[in-house]
Amino acid sequence: MPREVGQRSAARREGSPFTGLGPVFMKEFADHLSSARMMVLMLFVLAFGALPVGLSLQELRNVTESDPFLFLRIFTSSPQRMPFSFMSSLTLVIPLLAIGLGFDSVNSEFNRRTLSRVLSQPIYRDALLLGKFLGGLATLAVALVALWLIVLGAGLILLGVPPRGVEVARGLGFLAVAIAYGGAWLAIAMLFSVIFRSTATSALCSLGLWLFFTILWPQIVPILVLSVTPTDVAMGMGRLDQTLAVIEFQSMLERLSPNTLFAESVIGLLNPETRTLGPMIPAQMRGAIMGAPLPFDQSVLLIWPQVTGLVAGMIVVFAAAYVIFQREEVRA
Amino acid sequence: MSDNVIEVRGLLKLYGTQRAVNAIDLDIRRGEIFGLLGPNGAGKTTTILMLLGLTETSGGTVNVLGFDPVRQPLEVKRRVGYLPDAVGFYDHLTARENLGYTARLLDIPRREATGRIMEALKSVKLDDVADKRVATFSRGMRQRLGIAEIVMKKAEVAILDEPTSGLDPHATFELLEMIRGLKRLNVAVLLSSHLLDRVQSVCDRVALFNKGSIALMGTVVELANQVLGAGHPVLVEASGADIPGALRAVEGVQKVTEEGQGAWRVVADRDVRSAVAQRIVSAGGSLTRLADLQPSLEEVYTRYFQEARHAA
Repeated sequence: MPREVGQRSAARREGSPFTGLGPVFMKEFADHLSSARMMVLMLFVLAFGALPVGLSLQELRNVTESDPFLFLRIFTSSPQRMPFSFMSSLTLVIPLLAIGLGFDSVNSEFNRRTLSRVLSQPIYRDALLLGKFLGGLATLAVALVALWLIVLGAGLILLGVPPRGVEVARGLGFLAVAIAYGGAWLAIAMLFSVIFRSTATSALCSLGLWLFFTILWPQIVPILVLSVTPTDVAMGMGRLDQTLAVIEFQSMLERLSPNTLFAESVIGLLNPETRTLGPMIPAQMRGAIMGAPLPFDQSVLLIWPQVTGLVAGMIVVFAAAYVIFQREEVRA
Repeated sequence: MSDNVIEVRGLLKLYGTQRAVNAIDLDIRRGEIFGLLGPNGAGKTTTILMLLGLTETSGGTVNVLGFDPVRQPLEVKRRVGYLPDAVGFYDHLTARENLGYTARLLDIPRREATGRIMEALKSVKLDDVADKRVATFSRGMRQRLGIAEIVMKKAEVAILDEPTSGLDPHATFELLEMIRGLKRLNVAVLLSSHLLDRVQSVCDRVALFNKGSIALMGTVVELANQVLGAGHPVLVEASGADIPGALRAVEGVQKVTEEGQGAWRVVADRDVRSAVAQRIVSAGGSLTRLADLQPSLEEVYTRYFQEARHAA
């Protein structure tokens, strides 16, 4: 793509960069909600969500022992007849939803030749890109809230017990994390839509990255870690601090993937018994009652780094898209 | 400020070491139609984008309606309408909805916008298809919708990039009529084109671009004088006598060239038509045609670029 070279040191421009943000946001939001693509994506999400939820509800109805977090188990329990839970199916499907909303957001304007006409209105590129992102994010949020309410409603009807306040709070936290996760993938999809003029190429790249983080990355990380691990640690004979360092290194690599960040945050929120997301050493166990749930605020503290990482990743990727978009030529 | 709506001084655009626009000066007055001509890649579109602040300048100054497009692009874009080459609209929206989106971007109050959109659509004769989706529109209708956008915007300057390219003759005629309509609203129109005879029929002044520089600028007649030489060319068709001899004897005639069977092209330093007619009749010839040859922009253009190639 042609880039501008020899730019003059940019003089300060006047006017708010957010002029026109509202109309762009409203248009994108309305377009998404009324598009056929959104219908297809929603069907997809419902199909992937309904099966694990339905099956785990069937199993949970037969649970006789009292479980204080029965409602949260709808999200996390993986039914016997299914290899994955509702939560892990969301880990797969949310990126797909986000990519579906974002992969052609900028390059389709190029291809329809609407970009130069829209940019000749009193609006900066900042507002156009941010409006598109927020429009997509709002659509994503609407879809996830709807899904969440459906699951909650199905749980109410089939289980016959209302959720407790703390379960609702944890559920809402899960919703917020899910939206941030979707936002990160939306930013990635939009980055590719800014880089590539062809919508097919940008869709392929987004999906490729999604496959990479879903399938390949979990396989590559252990190999990478093994290649730098000292032999005695690999044999299980190393010192504790060395072993810990290797494990820390492995989780650090794994956490480069948004999928890992999302999965860890959700485990922390929806499994109140989770005390740590890393290795557990005996010293940490002192005084702990095994299997006792953490209070909600402690769970939030536990997953705070993961959530921050997700949001930061989303902002960094969006900023990259923003910089590239600012430097791009308008002419088709 | 003077009556110039656009003032460009030493405008420069570099792509690497290549000078896409090489230090041009340009003035456009209120209410005139100004044509930018030149082959593809001569720098016309780049100049237009710099006027709108849609691409960075590499040097020089631009003043559009008293604003600097580099520093105050929003003010410029609020007052200038732009119709890009092969303009695009959102296919899934209707004509009315497309203009409605623009109106919201312009922050026109909803109640006022409804009236202005309908008026604008009426002025380009699209009011009967206002609620049809743009996907069904022909190229000519899309261009007209682009003009409607400028009308709705109440722009003081309209910049049209190749507005007539790819249109059939009838659609071209209609579009040029609408461009004249903009002029009647006292809008300054800057249009780029390579359809020369069309441009000639609407433009008050033109600038000829060549390799990033303005080679010639002025009215069509001024350009013709510069390129084709001063003088009044006349076409004479006659028979029955020594016509060339008779023509050369007319006072003021500089050159007589044969232009086919029984036709001559006469260049003189003044209007010699009545003297030529008299001379031919008195020499016993029969005059069948006597025409004042308007300098055509096409001729100017072709001749200029021939000479430019020879010089190179």
